[in-house]
Amino acid sequence: MPAMRPLALSLALAVALVSPALAGVKIGVVTSASGPIALVGIPQKNTVPLLPKTAGGETIEYISLDDASDPTATVTAFKKLVLEDKVDAIIGPSGSPNALGVIGFAAENGVPMLAPVGSASAVLPMDAKKKWVFKTTQNDGLVADLLVSHMVKTGVKTVGFIGTSDAYGDTWAKVLKDAAKAKGIAVVAEERFTRQDTSLMAQGLKITSKSPDAVLIGAPGSSSVLPETTLVDVGYHGKIYQTHGAALQEFLKLGGRKVEGTILAGSGMLVLDEIPDWNPAKKIAVDYIAAYQKLYGVKPATFGANVLDAGLLLEQAIPDALKQGKPGTPEFRAGLRDALEATKELVGAQGVYNMTPEDHSGFDVRGLELLTVSGGQFHLLK
Amino acid sequence: MNGQIALMLGQDGMTSGAIYALLALSIILVFSVTRILLVPQGEFVTFSALTMAAMQSGRPVRLGVLVFGLALVALAMDIVAERQRHRRWTVPRTSLALAAHGLFVVGLGLSVPFDHLGLLVQIGFALLTVVPLGPLIYRVFFQPIASAPSLVLLMVAIAVHVALIGGGLLIFGPEGARTEPFSDSVVQLGPAIIASQTLWVIGVSAALTVALWLFFETSLWGKALRAAAFNRLGAELVGISPVFAGRTSMTLAALIGAVSGIVVAPITTIYYDSGFLISLKGFVGAIIGAMSSYPVAALGALMVGQAESFSTFWASSYKEIIVFTLLLPVLLWRSLRQPSVGDDE
Repeated sequence: MPAMRPLALSLALAVALVSPALAGVKIGVVTSASGPIALVGIPQKNTVPLLPKTAGGETIEYISLDDASDPTATVTAFKKLVLEDKVDAIIGPSGSPNALGVIGFAAENGVPMLAPVGSASAVLPMDAKKKWVFKTTQNDGLVADLLVSHMVKTGVKTVGFIGTSDAYGDTWAKVLKDAAKAKGIAVVAEERFTRQDTSLMAQGLKITSKSPDAVLIGAPGSSSVLPETTLVDVGYHGKIYQTHGAALQEFLKLGGRKVEGTILAGSGMLVLDEIPDWNPAKKIAVDYIAAYQKLYGVKPATFGANVLDAGLLLEQAIPDALKQGKPGTPEFRAGLRDALEATKELVGAQGVYNMTPEDHSGFDVRGLELLTVSGGQFHLLK
Repeated sequence: MNGQIALMLGQDGMTSGAIYALLALSIILVFSVTRILLVPQGEFVTFSALTMAAMQSGRPVRLGVLVFGLALVALAMDIVAERQRHRRWTVPRTSLALAAHGLFVVGLGLSVPFDHLGLLVQIGFALLTVVPLGPLIYRVFFQPIASAPSLVLLMVAIAVHVALIGGGLLIFGPEGARTEPFSDSVVQLGPAIIASQTLWVIGVSAALTVALWLFFETSLWGKALRAAAFNRLGAELVGISPVFAGRTSMTLAALIGAVSGIVVAPITTIYYDSGFLISLKGFVGAIIGAMSSYPVAALGALMVGQAESFSTFWASSYKEIIVFTLLLPVLLWRSLRQPSVGDDE
């Protein structure tokens, strides 16, 4: 409810210089480490010290800013990074609405932007502006296809949808409809809620009264729990699907017994023990989790890995870009963009990236696993 | 929609309405005694819910640090004020007691593993931690400007609210939390199945309302508060200290908020910033009661709960709009009935 929270505007930006200023490549990082999506932003901010420190013989300096989940503050942070700090690329912001608001600015100034956001609309459909944007998460469409194919396989004919009334829920309502239509599944109910709602009984009853074979919950972070526990409480007996937004330890902790049997698609990071060793992403994910745990004492949420992958993408693009110009010049930034777009078979913590001029997310199904909840843990769906 | 769905929606609206009614009562209480529109009321709800959740998951209760910090500031302010008034150094007993209490909850909160103790102990400790925030917030932020115009008080209230949300993020983290229900049993009432927690919410709200009514009607303190609300200057002339009235009303508001938080925490996910939207619905109730009538406000808040529940069923995307649009006819009717309210100063 941004209209009702004008107070967020007054939250000051927390500015933190991560490493001392040296000549070299400057990368801005904008995360939502406070405000409504702090759950996403905090692991992302915490990942900054784990990003590569040098590439192609140049040191990399990270300048990390917090936008307090507020799209207006994101614009301010981007302006500061581009105009004052003259950064060569920006990692962030954390939220889809925040990202959509700054794409134009990044493109105008020719600064490559690596957005760790869920919504595919940041890079699709590709145009002159979005060609400056790269996305380090699995496209929603990819996740939806995987979920819907599982529905088809298990004989689901009708599906209900409940999502947050923000960009995340909107995007998911759309991709679900597209994917379901392609596979001949009917979407019979569509309900919305906000994260701070204290009761979702009404939405739960409405969906249950349409008795769909399955329900997909499109909500990020811990807001994905209440719709599911409510559905269980009002006596819904069908299958419940969640998006990769629910792929969090918090989801298990808050949901408890009531989320047993949930089916969701997420990165293999959650079930590393069950991922075969030949999967190239496994080693990077294991190392990342260990380093993060050493620094903060807790395991990172998968959102953190999105920022790590952005850093890895930049690390391999910088040597190529250095051939085009010195850091801090428009030539270098353009070279960086071209090199990012040419990324081939780069292994990140969540999968393998293959960028093309049309696809700036670059994931294929190797970065995604179908998971289920049993015994209070995520497991690979067999 | 059939009868059973309507019944469940009504019960759901009743549960939220009961909480909104409690918050509406405490908002009116604080406003009529001190002219402060208590924007941070919702934070008492979230802080006690999150404190309960922290205890149940075996994490240390860090809210005590905020209590202790505020208590130290209040103590310093009191000592300075005494010094200026009487030209000697004295330590006022109330603020010393609050500081000692702050130290007590910090020590206990950080050391005792509350997850092994019973629910009653947890509830008791949550109240001990959250309720002192009421008088402390009054002492530190509002008492020095008690006679300022109400617009200034409102601005300070908003500032306190924003600061508390920030503090809440720091203390409790960004994740939502839920607590264990008091009991898992369900009650079969005709065709509807009611979770016992729902009955707890409604029962506790009703009990608190009755207790408040008794407090105001029969006890000397309650009568003093009513006098202060009725005529501030007159009350002061007969010896009712405005500081006492302000502190007591804020304590009551914190107590009501904390109890609400404890009873709703098992039925919903509470985040560090959930309080605002909950107390906003309480405000709607309070405004329906014209910021002065307790029964009308309680009724209004119950109506808000019902309107919310049913409008969510019909059009979930627009439910907040529908609920807040309810205010328009009420305000119109109010202003038609009382054409010249004038300034509230």
